[in-house]
Amino acid sequence: MNKLFFKIFTLTIGFSFLYFPILTLIAYSFNDNKRVMVWKGFSFRWYKELFQNEQILEAFYTSLKIASLSATFATIMGVMIGFSLTRISKIPARPFFIFLSSSPLVMPEIILGLSLLLFFISSNHIIGFPSSKGQLTVLISHITFSVAFVAVIIQSRLSSYDKNIEEAAQDLGTIPNMIFWKVTAPVILPAILSGWLLAFTLSLDDLVVASFTTGPGANTLPIVVFSKVRLGLSPEVNALSAIIMLIVILAAISIYLINRSNIKK
Amino acid sequence: MIKNLKKQNVWFVFTPYLWLVLFFFVPLALIFKISISVSEWGMPPYRDLFSFSENGFKINSTLGNYLFIFSDPFYIRSYLNSLSLAFTSTVLCLLIGYPIAFYVAKSKPSIRNILLIMLIIPFWSSFLLRVYAWKVLLQGSGIINSILIHIGLISEPISMLHNHYAVILGVVYTYLPFMILPLYGYLVKFDLNLIDASNDLGAKPLNTFVKVILPLSLPGIVAGSMLVFIPVVGEYIIPEMLGGSDKLYFGKIIWDEFFVNRDWPIASALAMSGIVILVFPIIIFQLMYAKYNFKNE
Repeated sequence: MNKLFFKIFTLTIGFSFLYFPILTLIAYSFNDNKRVMVWKGFSFRWYKELFQNEQILEAFYTSLKIASLSATFATIMGVMIGFSLTRISKIPARPFFIFLSSSPLVMPEIILGLSLLLFFISSNHIIGFPSSKGQLTVLISHITFSVAFVAVIIQSRLSSYDKNIEEAAQDLGTIPNMIFWKVTAPVILPAILSGWLLAFTLSLDDLVVASFTTGPGANTLPIVVFSKVRLGLSPEVNALSAIIMLIVILAAISIYLINRSNIKK
Repeated sequence: MIKNLKKQNVWFVFTPYLWLVLFFFVPLALIFKISISVSEWGMPPYRDLFSFSENGFKINSTLGNYLFIFSDPFYIRSYLNSLSLAFTSTVLCLLIGYPIAFYVAKSKPSIRNILLIMLIIPFWSSFLLRVYAWKVLLQGSGIINSILIHIGLISEPISMLHNHYAVILGVVYTYLPFMILPLYGYLVKFDLNLIDASNDLGAKPLNTFVKVILPLSLPGIVAGSMLVFIPVVGEYIIPEMLGGSDKLYFGKIIWDEFFVNRDWPIASALAMSGIVILVFPIIIFQLMYAKYNFKNE
């Protein structure tokens, strides 16, 4: 019994620590007071103001656009890297390729952001591309750091499944091009999906790299939120947090339910 | 293996290869170049590395930026602060995260899946907003001060924001899921019977933990520690939102050198030394660890 008590105690404390700040934020998003921490009464006032705040809405739209594009390109290249590293033996300067595809994982984002910004400025000076900083430069930067994360996921999936399936397909006379699309791709589909989702959230969540590489018309949601809360508190941001939490919780519950029904099958 | 994929191979290898060379390697080479350039007024605010003039070809390179950084205790201290922040918060995340991961992994499958979803929810929600949540909580008029006053521990609100303890708290809170999830991944595969076997053979619980459970979860500990340590070293957002002027960190120094002082060569030299001091040891550790694992297998 002592053991059980200790277990419940640990889990309660642990999960309270994880959830207390988030829940407080959600509770105060319904506070009808400009001073965030002084409770005045229940209202949806800040939600109304949030949905009328064009700066935030536009930033949200920009973020979604960049995140979905970045996730798609990063996934395509991540699959290419994962496939190359596990299935193709003749890669010129293979160790260099491995270095390139894994070191973005350990590079501090502040250094990544700085180097990309300096690169964009120089290449603008030399060849005139990119003509200005904006959504395109943020997109390129996000693809660059997301690729490595997707590649790791794909690689671990590809190296853990049985290569013989591919060889069997070849022996049965499948056209080589078809082997990838008909045999390999379906097997790694779950890894592709989770890679895409990870790349999507990485891009949606990124503040530092985007701050370096952004330009006019490319304020992503984290940039706008950060400018609002850097020096003080903002009741609108509280409402935004509550909405984001709601979306995440609903997504998590649906993934849980889908998983459970899959297991039952 | 599959030999006739030639044409596809070329595309598969070279698209990401070229992309990474162009947008990862070249930018890094560029900050190295700028870090050994002489700074000057103008746009870009540094002198070209090579110049041709009447006096002939000249190389304007300098190690001055590096000498400047390493002769100024201000910069050295910020590197040390970042390293000690990363170390402290990794240890704290491990101490807090291990019991949680352990008990979640050892729960009944039905409860376990629900707890796992509850661990993933903060992991997927916005990083910036989770840091902001602590800014709200720690305010002078915030809920923690109110509770402390209510139970009579303090009579006046105390200032809990803008110091390095708030930074540690914020880092531990936001990075805890990064520690718990890989630990959970290893602990959940772990066979419970091993604990029973060890107990039956007369080992004390502490002995069982140190000699059986801990070694088997070592890969999880290493993976989780890496996921916390590496990003925290360059962390900018948390010190900026929760920290004060009592301790400055590497990430914020680079940011300020670039955006506030507009000194590109110094910012680049800081970034390059950051890579050498903070990132190379991690890569070397990973290579050594991989080799050690390989030998043991």
